[in-house]
Amino acid sequence: MADVVPGADLTPTRPRGVATRATRAIGALAAVLFAWVLVGGLWFTPAEKQQGESVRIMYVHVPSAWVAYLAFVVTAVASACYLLGRRRSLGFDRVAGASAEVGVLFMALALVTGSLWGHPTWGTFWVWDPRLTTTAFLFVTYVGYLAVRGTGATPEQRARRSAVLALLAVLEIPLVHFSVVLWRSLHQQASVLSPDGDVKMDGSMLTTLFVGVVAFTSLFAWLVVHRQRVQAMGDALAIRELDDAIAVRGVAG
Amino acid sequence: MTEPLATARTIAAKDLAVERRSRVVANQVLPFAGLVMVMFAFALDDDAIASRVAGGLVWLAALLALLVTVQRSFAVDAADGALEAIRAAGADMRGVFLGKVAALAVQLLVLEAVLVAAAIVLYRVSVRDPLLLVAVLVAATAGLAAVGCIYGGVVAGAGGRETLLPLLLMPVAAPVLIGATRATESAFASGGATPAEGWPWVGLLAAFAAVFLVAGAMSFAALVEE
Repeated sequence: MADVVPGADLTPTRPRGVATRATRAIGALAAVLFAWVLVGGLWFTPAEKQQGESVRIMYVHVPSAWVAYLAFVVTAVASACYLLGRRRSLGFDRVAGASAEVGVLFMALALVTGSLWGHPTWGTFWVWDPRLTTTAFLFVTYVGYLAVRGTGATPEQRARRSAVLALLAVLEIPLVHFSVVLWRSLHQQASVLSPDGDVKMDGSMLTTLFVGVVAFTSLFAWLVVHRQRVQAMGDALAIRELDDAIAVRGVAG
Repeated sequence: MTEPLATARTIAAKDLAVERRSRVVANQVLPFAGLVMVMFAFALDDDAIASRVAGGLVWLAALLALLVTVQRSFAVDAADGALEAIRAAGADMRGVFLGKVAALAVQLLVLEAVLVAAAIVLYRVSVRDPLLLVAVLVAATAGLAAVGCIYGGVVAGAGGRETLLPLLLMPVAAPVLIGATRATESAFASGGATPAEGWPWVGLLAAFAAVFLVAGAMSFAALVEE
């Protein structure tokens, strides 16, 4: 294993986690900001005129959706870097996979909080709005991507196949979005009250939303860095087990 | 390295010869697709609704048949590592991809023709614009065969985990379902749709097919490698 990754040391005499000073700082920042959003979102921001208290879901929903989209951009860029890089660094693959895992989590959170917000606001859990539909397809597509990542005998196989798959998803999602837009435009217009556009936000609401976005983004960074380090350890372990098995066979044979 | 088009012809002929001798698609997938059309009628339980949504039912049944046909097409190749052997033998994988797409498209077109006939008989629709219908069938089939072979290749490369195929293939095929359904409704003139409304959808289907034919030819080698 050529890649040297902090925390990828498997020596059992030096038990330690995958944290470094930098990740601890990001984690602490995320914790403080989350506390701010929690207190600000629940107490220090006003209820909205039309929506009332349900507008507070926004402080979770909007940052979740933002992180989910960010995660998939990171996955696509990391996959492209893996395929284009001359060295085919597995580091890019691990970042792509970690980012997709975290992205799926936040996409689920965005879809669930969106439904919960939609019910009191629009009177329905779901509308066939292009943005919602595309988001749902993005979610399912990346669930499939993660399922494919689980296959493959070596990290290199996994990396190559999943990188191509991630780039195919980049082709797929705009086509899905475009076709759903056309589909809806030929039918009755979904009378969607755009939740982000119609909310009249005062200063404290905007600040809390902004802090929420930063908090969720730091959590994303923290999770991805840790996850890809754990993946590096997993890859190193798999290769060591393979070497051990070959060595045992060599002795037995 | 052989010529891609010569490879494509050989692979397509091979896949069609396998089907001609085994008759799996003709004897198993085709009756299944027809059965699905009958089941839709049971589920909808209303003649008027069935004839209104006939276009969508044709393509939903085609998608289900696509899943089974792709599975069949790649199960033959994944067995005994035949696909890997073809790759190791130095065959141009772009040609292999295009050949598999061509063979799959031929089988799908036959299936879809039967599904349209079933819709005419069972759901009481009539074809108002045959030219539009043919254009839809060709354009949608090219797209479906392309994405079918891409994700069939992924599953074959992933050690034949067939349960992955619907999860991967259905979301990608969604634009084809939407476009082909609307265009077919125009060709049937069901629900007040006019043939003129159908042609833009054919354009979408053709663009979809072109994108995934090129993407598949470029990526197939990386996907099927075990």
